[in-house]
Amino acid sequence: MGTILRLAFQSLRSRFFTSFLTVASIALSVTLLVGIEHVRAGVRESFAGTIRGVDLIVGARGGTLQILLSTVFGIGAPAGAVTMETYERWASHPAVSWTIPYALGDSHRGYRVVGTTNEFYERYRYRQDGRVTFASGGPASAETDVVIGADVAERLRYAVGDPIVVTHGLQGGGISDHDAHPFTIVGVLDRTFTPIDRAIYVTLEGIEAMHEDFEAMPVSAPPAIGTVPEGTPNMPGAEAPPAMPGYTPPPGTPTMPGADAPPTMPGYTPPPGTPSMPGAEPPPVAVAPQPEPEHDDHDDHDDHDDDEDHDDAAGDHAGHDHKPEQLTAFFVGTKNRFEALQLQREMNTDLSEPLTAVIPGVSLGELWQNISSAEVGLRIVAFFAVAIGLTGMLVALYSSLDARRREMAILRAVGAGPRTIVSLLVFESALLAVLGCVLGVAFVYLILSLGQGAIEARSGIHLAVRALGATEWKYLGLVLGAGTLIGFVPAVKAYRNSLTDGLSPRS
Amino acid sequence: MTLASAAAASSAASAPAVELSDVRFAYRAGTDVVAIDSLVIPRGETVFLHGPSGSGKTTLLGLLAGVLQADRGAVRILGTDITRLSSGERDAFRAQHLGYVFQQFNLIPYLSVRENILLPVRLDAARRARLGGADPVQAADALARDLDIDGALQSKVTELSVGQQQRVAVARALIASPEVVICDEPTSALDSDRRERFLQLLFKSCTKAGATLVFVSHDLSLQPLFSRAVSLPTVNHASAVAAVEN
Repeated sequence: MGTILRLAFQSLRSRFFTSFLTVASIALSVTLLVGIEHVRAGVRESFAGTIRGVDLIVGARGGTLQILLSTVFGIGAPAGAVTMETYERWASHPAVSWTIPYALGDSHRGYRVVGTTNEFYERYRYRQDGRVTFASGGPASAETDVVIGADVAERLRYAVGDPIVVTHGLQGGGISDHDAHPFTIVGVLDRTFTPIDRAIYVTLEGIEAMHEDFEAMPVSAPPAIGTVPEGTPNMPGAEAPPAMPGYTPPPGTPTMPGADAPPTMPGYTPPPGTPSMPGAEPPPVAVAPQPEPEHDDHDDHDDHDDDEDHDDAAGDHAGHDHKPEQLTAFFVGTKNRFEALQLQREMNTDLSEPLTAVIPGVSLGELWQNISSAEVGLRIVAFFAVAIGLTGMLVALYSSLDARRREMAILRAVGAGPRTIVSLLVFESALLAVLGCVLGVAFVYLILSLGQGAIEARSGIHLAVRALGATEWKYLGLVLGAGTLIGFVPAVKAYRNSLTDGLSPRS
Repeated sequence: MTLASAAAASSAASAPAVELSDVRFAYRAGTDVVAIDSLVIPRGETVFLHGPSGSGKTTLLGLLAGVLQADRGAVRILGTDITRLSSGERDAFRAQHLGYVFQQFNLIPYLSVRENILLPVRLDAARRARLGGADPVQAADALARDLDIDGALQSKVTELSVGQQQRVAVARALIASPEVVICDEPTSALDSDRRERFLQLLFKSCTKAGATLVFVSHDLSLQPLFSRAVSLPTVNHASAVAAVEN
């Protein structure tokens, strides 16, 4: 057997160029197959790492995916609101270590505005242990302070110190710019490759103050999220607010909050039935922290630049202190992670206010299950590539047979049986397949080690150089098996040739 | 061990190298190409088997080598009737006891000269055993020296002249001293000077190895050099032969 194997190897080496091309075509298809598997794992990891360190995401009673998508991914609208009272009650629960309040409902040029507290900058984690850090400036502390994500800064060319105006409603070109309450950028976040990059952060007080102004303005019905059809053209004035003379929106500026989300999740398409896009499916319940009717008596609040004014407002609103009465959701960190399940059950069954508590990891897993069907398509393509590579090998081996009749006759003359001839050719195809697999895998690792940094810098997907997983080994086994089996086609032909030729081949 | 090979073992020492009795072979039923009632080649002879092209020479050699299976009759090589062996057993028998030299293109192009010579002992353990523990490479090199091709041992096959290639083929046929060496017009591609020289080396090597030489050719001028001559048209009275001749 060793002799035959060596013969097969030398025979292939003698036809170096053909063998090389055959191996190369198999190697490339293996690269595709194994590479897709690596990328899939990387994307999945990156996806799962969108939010870390948060044990529960709590919103008004609704679908878990809806809560996850609206809070973590900034896609779609939350189902309802959580009252401040309820939030504070849970925040002081003995199992709770910390909370991050989350108030949505406004946007700036299509980027979502999130009202939150300093806990967000300190507690929120992504990827392994990625912290929210500042490229410049610092957290928003005053009512008019704004912190923007890296994408927002880059696309809109904003820097610390720039004034911005927030639009009510999540639609890009809302008809109700909060002109009266301009914000100032105090911080730009480092790039995280998560939806954080596409968000704008203000304080809870900032959100509330803005809405008080908004109520003061004589505007027609605010565009409730979910009722404005997708792709509604921008309203006049929305793209070029007077606050920024000379500003021209960069091409491709998203006008829909949902439109910009997919890049973190390549290949992502919201599963049917998920209320991922505003307007696609109007949520049944009232949405977002809406201005409350009792704000009507704040008509005189035209200017919030003055702190004294706030104090007055606080006086008007007993115990309000410019904090909104409602949140969209809040994130919970427990003192002991094992208590998260217990706490989730408690929240979900609490009767005072119907809530839905979501364990991010679990829901991310569910979401991945929904969107991972795209992988199947990729795999099918990769398997076809492998089939093409193997067919190339079949063609190369089969077409060489006629020229090799003499070789077979010589082998027969020195005592090789038809079985030896068959095994020679099967060995040859198996060798080509093995070399193709080895080269293909080597190629994957070469690309990974060379391109890893560039890929991560561009997409935030960390493709780890890791050992081959069970799936990859299975694929390699399949390629090898198929390659060896294919070898029987020319082998049987050579066997027939050797029977008819005997020791006198026609060539 | 089959009955046939057991019989072979007992009679092998005294049996003639080749013994054909009442052999018939046809590629197509009804048109015999080989019809030999009796042909005996004693051991140690150098036999010149001649006949015009189409007289069934190559077919007869196929029968002797066990690549073709006679339709009837017995083909005894060294006392073993190879028509009674399975095809796998015939392959093994050929590997162990026979050397074969083709008319031309004897060598596997992707192997070196030495590897070509070593091929039979590398492929077959029984043939290797005939070396009696001697180093195969040394055996190959010794044969190459005898055949005056030791300078080309490391060369690529394609760099050799036709005469050198034929001598490499002889070395391969003779390695590990098989009992019978069959040559199918091995000199047809050589000019007359080289032909003579080639035959001298062939005879010398066969004698040294103790092999019986069955040499097929249509070139009657070579006949005097052999210890025995057989005219194939005389022995083979197959009806189809005359027709094939045209």
